[in-house]
Amino acid sequence: MKTAANAPSTVDPPAPASFAEKGRDKWGALQGVHWGDKIFHYTTGTFAILVLALPLLMMVMLIAASRLSITNFGPAFLVDTQWDPVREEFGALPFIFGTVVSSLLALLLAVPVSLGLAIFLSELCPKKLRKPLGFFSELLAAIPSVVYGFWGIFVMLPWLRDSVQPALARWFGFLPIFQGQALGFGMLAAAMILAIMIVPTIASISRDVLRAVPDTEREAAIALGATPWETIRHAVLPMAKSGILGAVILGLNRALGETMAVTMVIGNRPKISASLFDPSHSMASVIANELIEAEKDIHVSSLSQIALLLFGVALVMNLGARWLVSGVKRRAAKITASVKLETSK
Amino acid sequence: MMQSNLPAPSQLPARIVVEDLNAYFGGAHALHHITAQIPDKKLTAIIGPSGCGKSTFLRCLNRMHELVAGARVSGRVVMDDIDIYDKRVDPVRLRRRVGMVFQKPNPFPTMSIRENVLAGLTLNGIRPKDADAIVQHTLERVALWTEVKDKLHNSGTSLSGGQQQRLCIARVLAVQPSVILLDEPCSALDPIATARIEELFAELKNEYTLVMVTHNMQQAARVSDYTAFFYMGDLVELDTTQRIFTNPKVSKTEEYVTGRFG
Ligand SMILES: Nc1ncnc2c1ncn2[C@@H]1O[C@H](COP(=O)(O)OP(=O)(O)O)[C@@H](O)[C@H]1O
Ligand SMILES: [Mg+2]
Repeated sequence: MKTAANAPSTVDPPAPASFAEKGRDKWGALQGVHWGDKIFHYTTGTFAILVLALPLLMMVMLIAASRLSITNFGPAFLVDTQWDPVREEFGALPFIFGTVVSSLLALLLAVPVSLGLAIFLSELCPKKLRKPLGFFSELLAAIPSVVYGFWGIFVMLPWLRDSVQPALARWFGFLPIFQGQALGFGMLAAAMILAIMIVPTIASISRDVLRAVPDTEREAAIALGATPWETIRHAVLPMAKSGILGAVILGLNRALGETMAVTMVIGNRPKISASLFDPSHSMASVIANELIEAEKDIHVSSLSQIALLLFGVALVMNLGARWLVSGVKRRAAKITASVKLETSK
Repeated sequence: MMQSNLPAPSQLPARIVVEDLNAYFGGAHALHHITAQIPDKKLTAIIGPSGCGKSTFLRCLNRMHELVAGARVSGRVVMDDIDIYDKRVDPVRLRRRVGMVFQKPNPFPTMSIRENVLAGLTLNGIRPKDADAIVQHTLERVALWTEVKDKLHNSGTSLSGGQQQRLCIARVLAVQPSVILLDEPCSALDPIATARIEELFAELKNEYTLVMVTHNMQQAARVSDYTAFFYMGDLVELDTTQRIFTNPKVSKTEEYVTGRFG
């Protein structure tokens, strides 16, 4: 059709239109519409649009609900450290601090353990143990967070208070982060419970990523006289790098949004402190704790703005991590692109 | 070309002596009582129908067979008067002296061409001072230097299949092995790339003992000095390539090389 329209002078192939007209009787049996396919196409399409629209709608709703707080406090809301509903002082910094620090600290604790676990499960563990161990590590991801919180209060907090914190204070007490009273609950407890909760997520995805590295890569290294560790280090991990970063992002997401377990052990005090022993608070916790009892409009609006900020923090940290991942991919793409250029020269 | 006046394999100094070697995958007995002598600095081809145990035999020579879960070996494989299956032998160190090239070229995709050449050394924790010289010399050895000298920092996987395979051979040569095992090294390559690799083998066998599994009987006839014919886990016959292809002792061998089965 296109060629016929663009260059009418050339000899036309039989145009599809005339084919359809002439062939109607003869070819009718071959024409038809697949209604099932069409319906399927449009329903799935609708779901896809919903997925796109939902976060935008939420964002709009949150912005509308935060209007009072935004106009009242302006950008100072982000840096103000006072949170006092009675005196109507609202600053979000302690909550942002609590969420970001507890999540990053949780990553710091969880990533080495998860990677170790993933490497063990995929590379070193005897075949017979692989399935049951993998199953258990996935089971840990399925435990509801309130159960983790419960365990945290009755087992982890006393242990932190009586053993871990005194030991840390004794050996590393010269560091400001290990000073202060050993209470059990606080920033350290929140980071630890988050770490325990995200290890299964990061470990099981990383294990799948490592399993996806073809055995030919391992054999290439082994045949060159690599030990198991050298094989993992030089042949397996480099190929799995971006996938493992993806797993870490998912773990980070879980940590950033986790509410129940954190609020049960963090102490719920909106204070910024250098010490990990001190109580803290988090964005998700303060919303869960105060929204129901908030009576003043400005209080509700401030909480809504914190929700908006949590959205923002998660987005920024995700984009940052994704940028890291794509950096790895970009470098790889650059290499192949330059090679293609050279070979085509 | 087929050399016509080579002595029988047992009359030459042997690089590898295989005595009553059995290989198992779990309960499956894949190689039965193999006894053979692989002559030093010659190219020995291993032929036989698919599934007859050629790869398994090769992987018994650098102890890669035991990496498969449930796999087991009995018997002796002697190199330099040492049984490589002796408890005291470290398979990791053995594999630095017995290199291996695989069917599908497998340069490390995350490494550059240069890093690939040096991979065997890096993996073993060696950081040679004259790395540049090693890279150049090794790549010259596999006739790849002029083609890649201006893009040593590009990815190894950016090369053509034949170039990648030569890079993999360079990677093995850099570790300075004495034996190189080749498992159908040309079966993923086009005829021109195959011809170039075959030329390379003809040169390498002056310095190295080469053992090459091949599916292609013309190739075995073209490049090898000795040929071993495997059939259903048995070593049927090992002799000079000329004898195997023109006047084998066992009728099964003749049936196979004349294309009556397989
Ligand atoms: N990983 C494995 N697990 C179980 N059996 C295997 C495995 N690899 C090969 N085998 C079996 O061992 C026999 C020999 O295989 P192989 O040495 O790969 O044959 P070839 O290389 O001559 O085609 C075949 O019967 C094959 O099915
Ligand atoms: Mg094979």
